[in-house]
Amino acid sequence: MEKNKPGRKAGEVMCEVLIEQAQKNKDILVLTSDSRGSASLKPYAEKFPEQIIEVGIAEQNLVGISAGLASSGRRPFAVSPAAFLTMRSIEQVKVDVSYSNTNVKLVGISGGNSYSDLGMSHHSLQDLAITRAIPNLEIFMPCDQFQTRKMFEYLAQSDKPAYIRIGKQVLKDCYDENIEFVPGKANVLKEGKDTAIIGSGETLNIAMEAAEWLEKDGISAKVIDMHTIKPLDDELIDEISQEYQQIFSIEEHSIFGGLGSAVSERVAQGGKAKLKIFGFPDEPAISGKQMEVFDYYGLTGEKIANEIKKILNS
Amino acid sequence: MQIQYLEFKALEMRKKVWKMIYDSGTGHTGSDLSCTDILIALYYDVLKINPAEPKWVDRDRYIQSKGHAVEILWSVLADKGFFSENKLKTYGKFHTDLIGHPNNKVAGIEMNTGSLGHGLSIAVGVALNAKITNKDYLTYTLMGDGEQAEGSIWEAAMAANHYRLDNLIGIIDNNGLQITGSNEEVMDSSSLKQKYQAFGWNVQEIDGNNMSEIVNALKNVKKNGHPNLVIAHTLKGKGVKVAEDRAEWHHKVPTKEQYEAAMADFDKKLGGDFENGEK
Ligand SMILES: Cc1ncc(C[n+]2csc(CCOP(=O)(O)OP(=O)(O)O)c2C)c(N)n1
Ligand SMILES: [Mg+2]
Repeated sequence: MEKNKPGRKAGEVMCEVLIEQAQKNKDILVLTSDSRGSASLKPYAEKFPEQIIEVGIAEQNLVGISAGLASSGRRPFAVSPAAFLTMRSIEQVKVDVSYSNTNVKLVGISGGNSYSDLGMSHHSLQDLAITRAIPNLEIFMPCDQFQTRKMFEYLAQSDKPAYIRIGKQVLKDCYDENIEFVPGKANVLKEGKDTAIIGSGETLNIAMEAAEWLEKDGISAKVIDMHTIKPLDDELIDEISQEYQQIFSIEEHSIFGGLGSAVSERVAQGGKAKLKIFGFPDEPAISGKQMEVFDYYGLTGEKIANEIKKILNS
Repeated sequence: MQIQYLEFKALEMRKKVWKMIYDSGTGHTGSDLSCTDILIALYYDVLKINPAEPKWVDRDRYIQSKGHAVEILWSVLADKGFFSENKLKTYGKFHTDLIGHPNNKVAGIEMNTGSLGHGLSIAVGVALNAKITNKDYLTYTLMGDGEQAEGSIWEAAMAANHYRLDNLIGIIDNNGLQITGSNEEVMDSSSLKQKYQAFGWNVQEIDGNNMSEIVNALKNVKKNGHPNLVIAHTLKGKGVKVAEDRAEWHHKVPTKEQYEAAMADFDKKLGGDFENGEK
C-alpha cells in the first residue's frame, strides 16, 4: 500500500478509460442526463461528440434509451447521479436492462453521501439494497485510481449489465499499476490474525485506518476490499467466517441491504463468525460536510477501531 | 403592494443570497438570482400566508419544484418571519435544518424537494384536496425549464387538466439554461406555451424579472376550469453582471473579487435608486 499519495478521483479515471476505449471501439457510447460535468466527462464529450448522447434531466429516459441502444448492439454507459439513476429509473433498470438482458453499464456518480449537505433527495444510501435484489446485474465499487482503471477496462469489453457506484472524493491509492481486477474475487489488502474488516469503494480507506489504529493496540485485523458487491465472493466470506469469531463490515450505505447485509446473508448460511455492520442508520442522514457526517455516525478509522476493540474485548 | 417596494425587496434579497453563498461556499447562485423576483412577488404580495401560523389550514401552498434554488427561499422565509435571522446563519453549517434543498422540518416549507420533476405532481395532489374539501386556497409550484424534460411533469400536466384544477398555478422559471449549457443544446424544451396549451392549460408568458408583470400575471389567473401556467422569461444570474446568462454560474461560488464587486454594486443600487423607496 503506497501511503500519503494524493491519489485521484474515480470520475477522472473513468473519463480517461472511456476515451481510450471509445477510440478503439465505436460502439462505446456515453449517455448523460445534464450530468457530464459532475461526472468529469467533459474531456470525453469534447473528444467524442459523436459518441455521447445527452438526454437532459430525464433519468428514466436515460436508462430506456440506453437499453434500446444496447439491444441494437451498442455499448452504452449511462452516467447519472447515483441517487436518481437507481431510484427514479429503477423500473427501467429492472425491466429494460436486467430482464431484457441489455448490455447497459449504469454508472452512479456522486454516490453514497457525496452530496452530504443536499439532503436525502441527493443521497444514495439505498442504491446497493435495491440493485442487489435485481438479478442479472453485476455491482461494483472501486476504491482507488488503479482499480477504477482496471474495472472500466473490464466493463468496456464485458457483455453483462452492471451498476458501478463512484463518489466525488479524491481516492487515496490502495494499489499500483499491477493490480489485478477479477470481478467477483475480493482482494485482501492487509493480512491479520485476530479479525477481518470488509470495506468497499470509498470506505476501504476507513477500514485501513481502523486497522492501523487497532495495530497500535496489538490487534491484527485483515482488511478485505470487496470491490464486487455482486456476485459476492462467497468463498472468501466462508473462509473468514470460519477463521474468526467476529468480523466487521463498513459501508457508505444504509445498514440495511448493502454490503453488510450481503455478507451476513452468506455468513448466516454456515459461518461461525458474528458480524457487526458499520454504516448509516435508518434515518435521513444529517447535513454537513461529508467527513463531518461520517464522524457523526461513527464512521472514522479511530471511532470504528474503538468500537471493534469494545466488541472484541466483551 | 407598491411595485417599487417589491423591487427594493428583490434587490435586498439578491444581495443577501449573494453574501450567503459566498460566506458558506455553497449554493445555486444563478438559479437563485433567476427566480428572486418571482419569490418576492409571491411571498410579499400574492400568497395568502401567515408566518405566525405556518400550518394555517386556509393558507395558499407554495411548492418549490426547482428545490435547488433554496438560498433565496431560506432568505425570504427568514425575512417574512417564519424563523429567525440567526437561524438563517446556520445555512450550510453542520447539522443544520437549512440544508441545500427545501426541508419541511422548517416552518414555511410544505414539501421536501430536490429531485426534479416532483413538484407539479405534488401540487396536483394539494390542489385536488382543495377541490375535494371545498377550500379556497391556491397552490403554486415553481419549476425549472431544464426540469421540463422529466416525464413526470407531463403526467402531472395531464392530470391537472383532467381534474379541472383551476386552483393550481404552475410557474416556469424560463431562463434558457441548465447545468451543462442551454436548454436548446441539452434538451429542446421550446414551445412550452403550445405544449401546455395542448395539455389544456391557460398559459401566460411574461418577463419574469419584471415585478409588475409577475404580480399582474399571478393575480390574473383564470378560474375557468383549467390549470394555469405562467411562463416567466428570466435571466439566470440576474442582478450580478458576471453571472448573468452563464450556465457555469448554476452553482458557482463567487471569488473574493467577484463577491466584493457585486456587493458594492448592490449597495450603490440600494442606496441610490431606492433611497426614497418606502420600506
Ligand atoms: C431528478 C434530478 N435530476 C438531476 C438533478 C440535478 N440538477 C440539479 S439542478 C439541475 C439543472 C436544473 O435546470 P433548470 O430546471 O433549468 O433549473 P434552473 O436552475 O435553470 O432554474 C440538475 C440537472 C436533480 N436535482 N434532480
Ligand atoms: Mg433553467
